Amino acid sequence: MNALSLKKDASRKSAYDLHSPLGTTIETHTLAIVVDNEAGVLARVIGLFAGRGYNIESLTVAEVDHHGHLSRITIVTTGTPSVIVQIKAQLARIVPVHEVHDLTVEGPSVERELAMLKVSGTGEKRVEAMRLAGIFRASVVDTTLESFVFEITGAPNKIDAFVDLMRPLGLSEIARTGVAAMLRGI
Amino acid sequence: MTRQMTGAQIVIKALKDQGVDTVFGYPGGAVLPIYDEIFQQNGIRHILVRHEQGATHAAEGYARSTGKPGVVLVTSGPGATNAVTGMTDALMDSIPMVVLSGQVPTFMIGTDGFQEADTVGITRPCSKHNWLVKDTNKLAQTIHQAFHVATSGRPGPVLVDIPKDVQFATGTYVGPNKAEISHYQPQLKGNIDEITALVEAIETAERPVFYTGGGVINSGTGACQLLREFVAGTGFPITSTLMGLGAYPASGEQWLGMLGMHGTYEANLAMHDCDLMINVGARFDDRITGRIDGFSPKSTKVHIDIDASSINKVIHVDIPILGDVGHVLEDALRLWKSRGRKTNTASVTKWWAKINEWRGINCLAFTNSTTTIKPQHALQRLEALTSETERYITTEVGQHQMWAAQYLGFEDPHRFMTSGGLGTMGYGLPASIGVQVAHPDALVVNIAGDASFLMNMQEMGTAVQFNLPVKQFILNNERLGMVRQWQQLLHGERYSHSWSESLPDFVKLAEAFGAKGIRCDDPKNLDDAINEMLQYDGPVIFDCLVEKHENCFPMIPSGKSHNEMLLGDEPVTDAISGDGAVLV
Ligand SMILES: Cc1ncc(C[n+]2csc(CCOP(=O)(O)OP(=O)(O)O)c2C)c(N)n1
Repeated sequence: MNALSLKKDASRKSAYDLHSPLGTTIETHTLAIVVDNEAGVLARVIGLFAGRGYNIESLTVAEVDHHGHLSRITIVTTGTPSVIVQIKAQLARIVPVHEVHDLTVEGPSVERELAMLKVSGTGEKRVEAMRLAGIFRASVVDTTLESFVFEITGAPNKIDAFVDLMRPLGLSEIARTGVAAMLRGI
Repeated sequence: MTRQMTGAQIVIKALKDQGVDTVFGYPGGAVLPIYDEIFQQNGIRHILVRHEQGATHAAEGYARSTGKPGVVLVTSGPGATNAVTGMTDALMDSIPMVVLSGQVPTFMIGTDGFQEADTVGITRPCSKHNWLVKDTNKLAQTIHQAFHVATSGRPGPVLVDIPKDVQFATGTYVGPNKAEISHYQPQLKGNIDEITALVEAIETAERPVFYTGGGVINSGTGACQLLREFVAGTGFPITSTLMGLGAYPASGEQWLGMLGMHGTYEANLAMHDCDLMINVGARFDDRITGRIDGFSPKSTKVHIDIDASSINKVIHVDIPILGDVGHVLEDALRLWKSRGRKTNTASVTKWWAKINEWRGINCLAFTNSTTTIKPQHALQRLEALTSETERYITTEVGQHQMWAAQYLGFEDPHRFMTSGGLGTMGYGLPASIGVQVAHPDALVVNIAGDASFLMNMQEMGTAVQFNLPVKQFILNNERLGMVRQWQQLLHGERYSHSWSESLPDFVKLAEAFGAKGIRCDDPKNLDDAINEMLQYDGPVIFDCLVEKHENCFPMIPSGKSHNEMLLGDEPVTDAISGDGAVLV
């Protein structure tokens, strides 16, 4: 299939379109973008999303090749099929962008996120928090007599579930890294 | 060979090695070392503008009329911020431009130093790419890379921000051929399967139309030649956007005129009713499509574009061809010829009969007057008196711009330089200066409105200083005409702030600058007055007093389709209503 192919009538973005874009399916895609690790490159990518009204659900970035000065940006975004195609084309024409991969299309892929949760409490709640952490394979990275800091890694929905369970047990602070993702297989 | 030199010397050397002959600029503290080097050499001509916005538009005029990148040099802070409008204009219209800006020294960046601005931050969304150079050793490489990015793929403006200490420090110069190869190498050749699909569609189409844009002109004269050959060979009708005028000659038999909001009846109806639309280097802009769901409902759409993000952005196309227009047309033409130059002649002949009926409407007819100069008439006379000359036209933005596109004929590419995507009032005068610098012996006319002219009229000083005989042809309706037209059609004739009060006396204004001023308000004197302007060897402001409430037709009102066009003889008040009113 041609990379530019699109379902008929999928595109609805114009000043002259008076129809609501609602009703078109919204999809979630995970994009991996390889960029030159140079000043301002993240601002270019984020500025594109802000300037053109695209969504960012999650974003991670770090250098992955020190010698080649390359960084990898992972973005989870949502949009109609035509908007997703646009996002990829717009990203690809940013000069320091080398590659744009849509892991959702090229998939299957694995997605992982790391989170730290601070849960404060004593007695029953504290015991229950510890018990659930065991089930989720979260580890304790800091503890006082009245608090834990749990570290958990996993797919974003696993972390969501853990967060929900911790809420009534005294959850007071959350830090999440955002998604890192990679295609399965070679 | 590599050499040691100061950053300022590197700038000049790199520009010369890139073949730059002209720089449009304005000095200030943060670029003094570069100006010092300019002073000590002769290879590059510096045109001192009167406002940095003028420098950017002049560079656009230079670039649009030559196909070469325009070069701008400005100081930090206000110098750079003044360049933003021209850069945005160049971005929207895909014009190659290299802006060099001074910056406070590296050790002062971030301290709110005098005339410090986050120039790369401010210009990031209005440039194709930009760089802050913090090391003199990287300066030459960056400037060469800047020229590469500005001119390859879909062209556009780039900016190189150079702190003052980097200009003073010594570093190594590398030439363009020694500079690192950029990974930025856009695809030029089109996919052969898609090109074959295009050729098959051409062979069977019953109601085809070529819809061409600025991409043809950007692709080069070779691409325009191929387009002409293809159009002649197939016998298909052709229309073009504002940006594409001149790629196909206006005198050509198959020419339908410009399409879009103020396009011709025949061009817009051909677009609406066609069964094959071949978009060559245009981008389905909203001025072209009108209402999306009513846009050419029955056609198979082909789109040739070098920018993947333009394809399927607004309109779904059936045959997308990513590549350079010249390369794709060459392959398509070769294939079409090798398969026997087939078209569906019988059907295409019927299609032409239909088109000729539409042409019979004579949509550009207007009621002339013997007492008042009609703006359309003024342009027709200008056309008649200049069409044989080597002529370049720039425009400002408004009704006069649309009339220029409708009533002047462009036979060649790079002859009509107008602000399309951004619609920047104040573009035309400085652009005409840039064009005249590039073509010193040609006739350069800026078709202006009174309001637009005032936006950058300080550039008359530049024209006089550099002996640039640009002709400023002002269709003076003492109104912000296009705004007034919309208020008439859309806002119940409540003319809120759309008239030009306290206009200067343009003849005296010309004289104050040391130029010539001519005024004409009588149709009987018009030819003589235009000839006087043409014969004068120097810059002229021509104050052509025209009908004040003339409207520009045909017009597709906002939110309407191509087949819902307004012609001049219909009642028009409140023609735009409801949904359409929210659109621009
Ligand atoms: C910088 C800028 N500001 C505002 C506008 C909005 N605008 C579009 S046309 C127009 C009126 C132009 O008047 P004039 O130059 O006299 O030309 P006319 O339409 O009368 O021919 C205005 C204000 C614009 N295009 N550019």
